[in-house]
Amino acid sequence: MGDVSIFLQHMTNGVSLGSLYALIAIGYTMVYGILRLINFAHGDIFMLGVYLTYYGVTYTSLPWWLVFLLAPLLTGIIGILLERVAYKPLRGSARITILISAIGASFLLQNLGIVIFGGRPRAFPVPQMLNHVVRVGGVSINFVTFIIPAVTILLLLGLTYFTTKTKTGLAMRALSKDYETASLMGIDINRIISITFFMGSFLAAIGGILWGSRYPQLMPLMGSMPGLKSFIAAVVGGIGNITGAVIGGFILGLGEIMLVAFLPRLSGYRDAFAFVLLIIILLVKPSGLMGDKVTEKV
Amino acid sequence: MLRIENLVMRFGGVVACNDFSAEIKKGQIVGLIGPNGAGKTTIFNVVTGVYKPTSGQILFNPTGDQQHRLTGLSPDKIAQLGVCRTFQNIRLFGELTVLENVFIGNHLRVKSDVFSTVLRLPHYAAEEKRMYEKSLYLLEKIGLQDTRNEKATSLPYGMQRRLEIARALATDPKLLLLDEPAAGMNPQETQDLIQFIREIKEEFDLTIFLIEHHMDVIMEISEKIYVLDHGILIAEGNPSEIQQNQKVVEAYLGVG
Amino acid sequence: MREKSKTQITLIILVLTALGLFLANRYLDPYKIRIINLSGIYVTLGLSMNLINGMTGMFSLGHAGFMAIGAYTVGILTMPVTMKEMNFFMQPIVPFLANVEWGFLPALFAAGLIAAFFGILIGAPVLRLTDDYLAIATLGFAEIIRVVFTNTQSLTNGALGLKGIPNYTNIWWSWGVALVTVWFIWFLMKGTYGKAFLAIREDEIAARSMGINLFKHKVMSFAFGCFFAGVAGGLMAGMLGTIDPNMFRITLTFNILLIVVLGGLGQIGGTIISAVIVTVMMEALRFLDEAMDLGFVQIKGIPGMRMVVFSIILIIVVIIREKGLVRRPKGRELTYAKN
Repeated sequence: MGDVSIFLQHMTNGVSLGSLYALIAIGYTMVYGILRLINFAHGDIFMLGVYLTYYGVTYTSLPWWLVFLLAPLLTGIIGILLERVAYKPLRGSARITILISAIGASFLLQNLGIVIFGGRPRAFPVPQMLNHVVRVGGVSINFVTFIIPAVTILLLLGLTYFTTKTKTGLAMRALSKDYETASLMGIDINRIISITFFMGSFLAAIGGILWGSRYPQLMPLMGSMPGLKSFIAAVVGGIGNITGAVIGGFILGLGEIMLVAFLPRLSGYRDAFAFVLLIIILLVKPSGLMGDKVTEKV
Repeated sequence: MLRIENLVMRFGGVVACNDFSAEIKKGQIVGLIGPNGAGKTTIFNVVTGVYKPTSGQILFNPTGDQQHRLTGLSPDKIAQLGVCRTFQNIRLFGELTVLENVFIGNHLRVKSDVFSTVLRLPHYAAEEKRMYEKSLYLLEKIGLQDTRNEKATSLPYGMQRRLEIARALATDPKLLLLDEPAAGMNPQETQDLIQFIREIKEEFDLTIFLIEHHMDVIMEISEKIYVLDHGILIAEGNPSEIQQNQKVVEAYLGVG
Repeated sequence: MREKSKTQITLIILVLTALGLFLANRYLDPYKIRIINLSGIYVTLGLSMNLINGMTGMFSLGHAGFMAIGAYTVGILTMPVTMKEMNFFMQPIVPFLANVEWGFLPALFAAGLIAAFFGILIGAPVLRLTDDYLAIATLGFAEIIRVVFTNTQSLTNGALGLKGIPNYTNIWWSWGVALVTVWFIWFLMKGTYGKAFLAIREDEIAARSMGINLFKHKVMSFAFGCFFAGVAGGLMAGMLGTIDPNMFRITLTFNILLIVVLGGLGQIGGTIISAVIVTVMMEALRFLDEAMDLGFVQIKGIPGMRMVVFSIILIIVVIIREKGLVRRPKGRELTYAKN
């Protein structure tokens, strides 16, 4: 009995961490799908989302739920600006050029974070509503651990509706299937790309808020590790594929938690798990679990 | 020299080339023609290993006593066996100089290892000197010796095509595949090109397989012609047979 | 004639550099000498990354990891036996390393070779894939190295790091290695193998069709780059005397990338100059981060400002040089539809 409940506790933790990776991974996968660009700064956008929420809750009199809504919107706009400033001038350049710019942007955001927010860790103001312990069967679990997967699933449903039913969503998918043709068919590429960055950044910020509620320590460099790992989740699931990103996120989250739980001797290697997984996937199935088999276009 | 047997190449649902067979004998110049989208370049890509065919096989027999199966080999292996090509949409090493482009063509024949090149050991120095002289000779043949230090992409279009041929010749091919060598050339240049192809064929003891849209070039130069339409071989024969073939005329006029 | 005058100019530059280093070594204070050492090390680092990223057109972000391997190799191999005992107080060092005490030169060699070995190990599976995967995999590898080094207590002393590594690195070592690197890469790029690297950068399909084995050449270039990164890491260990896993974060790779981009992808001369400039600037702009006391006024430094400046420089340079940075690849497809 005790073993089962402990296992369940690890499961919920894993699912919850996996959901967070999934939310960030969606942004990577959407941008990659359209621009074939690893948006290295995406993890730092996530960090911005958390800090904006922190400042909103701590320094304004707005109710927390409003801040939780406004901060992601603002983060989304920052995402659009990022694309306009660092990537748009390079559209059509060699990929290596854009990647370098992306790395520059990532560093810029991280260090701006240090300059503006200070290097000292801060505590995320978790709303009382989310921050209470629930007892399920003999296990006590933080309420937010349940909220995280629920929010993720809701957002995912919304996103699926958006990409399959709305005109903009369809245009987005057309663009990621075949950039050249879609751009000839009169799709407003700039608009679609901006929307993509907005949505990716919005989801990252939501992920950030949930992350902060779960692990309430804020640092300007906090985005880089989750960012890298979420990118790996996107690759594992099949880059460009939204469902794949979610599946990849869950695999990664569960894998990490289970590694620490059942092989405590290896717990120091927790951060290496994702990268080992990445290298295995690249060796075994480079297109990812859900990825289309890429016909080698020469 | 080269035998293509029942070659099929499918891309997803698109059949680019269906059951194509051909034979090229040593010392021949063989043409491959067909309307746009007929699958000609696909065949070149399969022969040189850029694409793996869906089915069928390609046999290469440069000396008469040893048979190589090209299907399944990588492009670099195929080049090492003595099959080299030019590209329809010119693929020079654009940022590099004219001379460097030809020089790189020699690389596959280099025997020295990388450390002797860094240490400039005598056997490498001798090898490099030979390659350098050969490259210069090839440039002289195509009349580019004076522009050897210019960027390859700064050359006029026709010259870039010739440079591609020189680069391919530097690999010491036995079979040379030319993909539309006369594209974008005026009649005078085209005449020069025909002359040039004949010359290099004699001098380097080549067998040549070429795709061309200029019918005058094909008809004048080829001993044998294959005609493709929508991935299917519709005719083969010598130039006069092809000119009289009803199917070929229809394919080109778009009838049927 | 032209060749001859070129050789003369090279000789003059060499002599002047040596003279300059000699004078600097004699008359400058330790802090300035340290910056000169660091410049030399960054020349090696910049060139080694440029070989991979600029000359062969791959995109590796693993430099910090390969440097860590080199630094730890040198640290462990050169550290005196008694010093090792003091360092490894949490857990003794693995027995076969406990009694080794090598000279600097063989240790540097070992550093390069081990880094190159891991370069091949990591490169072999990933170099077949496209640029971005290589970027992520190498970045990931660098992180794994850091995590591993933090956890292998009996090999690397874990998070405590190594202290008391002999300070072998001086101006002659750092610039001597830089010179060897320049010489190696110069002749490598002059010969046919180097030209084959360039061909791969320019057009992979054409390169393969000219008989160049992509995989073999990419692995070769990558291994050379990793070798020099490892050696430079070793020099760094010999200069600092103290190393720990957290030194080798991606920030380090970023600095090198900045040097390569400023110096020009594929440019040897440019990389040397930019390595020196960036190193000096990194120090000169330190005031941005740190509090300064000018006697009567005190300026409060803003931590992070320095890297903000450098990130902005990087983005601006990339955008301004856009096309010149690397040639834009021609239409990727051979298209079967258009013949």
